[in-house]
Amino acid sequence: MSLDDWVLALHVVSAFALVAGLVFFWVLVVAVRKADTPEETLRLGAPNQLAGACVGIGAVGTLALGLWLAFSVGNYSVWDGWIVAALVLWVVAMALGSRTNAAFSQGAKKAQELRAAGQNAPSAELLALNRTASGVALQALTSLAVLLALLDMIFKPGA
Amino acid sequence: MTTLAAIRPDSVNFPLFLHVLGAMILVGGLTASAGLVGFARDEARLLRFGYWSLVAVSLPGWILMRVGAEWVYSREGWDDLPSGFDYPTWLDLGRIVADAGGVVLLVSLIVGAVGLRRLGQGKGTRLLRVTLILSVLLLVAYVVAVWAMAGKPS
Repeated sequence: MSLDDWVLALHVVSAFALVAGLVFFWVLVVAVRKADTPEETLRLGAPNQLAGACVGIGAVGTLALGLWLAFSVGNYSVWDGWIVAALVLWVVAMALGSRTNAAFSQGAKKAQELRAAGQNAPSAELLALNRTASGVALQALTSLAVLLALLDMIFKPGA
Repeated sequence: MTTLAAIRPDSVNFPLFLHVLGAMILVGGLTASAGLVGFARDEARLLRFGYWSLVAVSLPGWILMRVGAEWVYSREGWDDLPSGFDYPTWLDLGRIVADAGGVVLLVSLIVGAVGLRRLGQGKGTRLLRVTLILSVLLLVAYVVAVWAMAGKPS
């Protein structure tokens, strides 16, 4: 295997990490919908961090190794339409992902406040925050951006 | 290899997309299951979610990945080659890991189902912990397979 083959393999593995993290977040979105106590909500913190780590490693890996390939492989240029489209979709996905995280963090913050106040009983307000409709919509849009990036990478329109 | 990828026939793109998407969903479901069961600390709700991640995410992902793989295999003409043809290592490795992984996933689903039943009867979480080990093993195997399918050694 050449260096470019290795980089391509690791680029694809990074893409898998990114999507695995995204799928993991979807499972957490479903899991948190039934969490109405601070304890149940905060229990999802560690899995949430693991999903975030997958997305983070995947995002950095896909971008850095993808740029390497764009500059290194003779057939491709970083200004190719499909590569520019992938970069735009990457930025859009990261921006949406960040806003998704902010939307779901409100539930975790509320759970911490309730626990600090010694309130561990079910809370309708906490449940409503955990069921954030805007968070779900943002997560769906993030997933759509990543799906479009995957389509772009495979179909390579214009290449 | 990159040159070969660049000249891949367009007719392969959609089946390849399904294959890769299925594999990504499969890996995502395994990661979620391992993460939830691993962090559950005997909490029934997280253990259940961990198991259902295998059923509702990993299993459909595996089916999509395997259907896509056969479609790509057919479109690229691998099934038209004469018997005794020396298939490339990455292709053999991908098939073995996909098929053996399917069997391990099935075992994991059965063990997990029994584990959930035992959990409901207050008989412990040991079998659900077994699904965690199997999920981690599958994840390692699939990462190696992804590396091989993408980098195509030999």
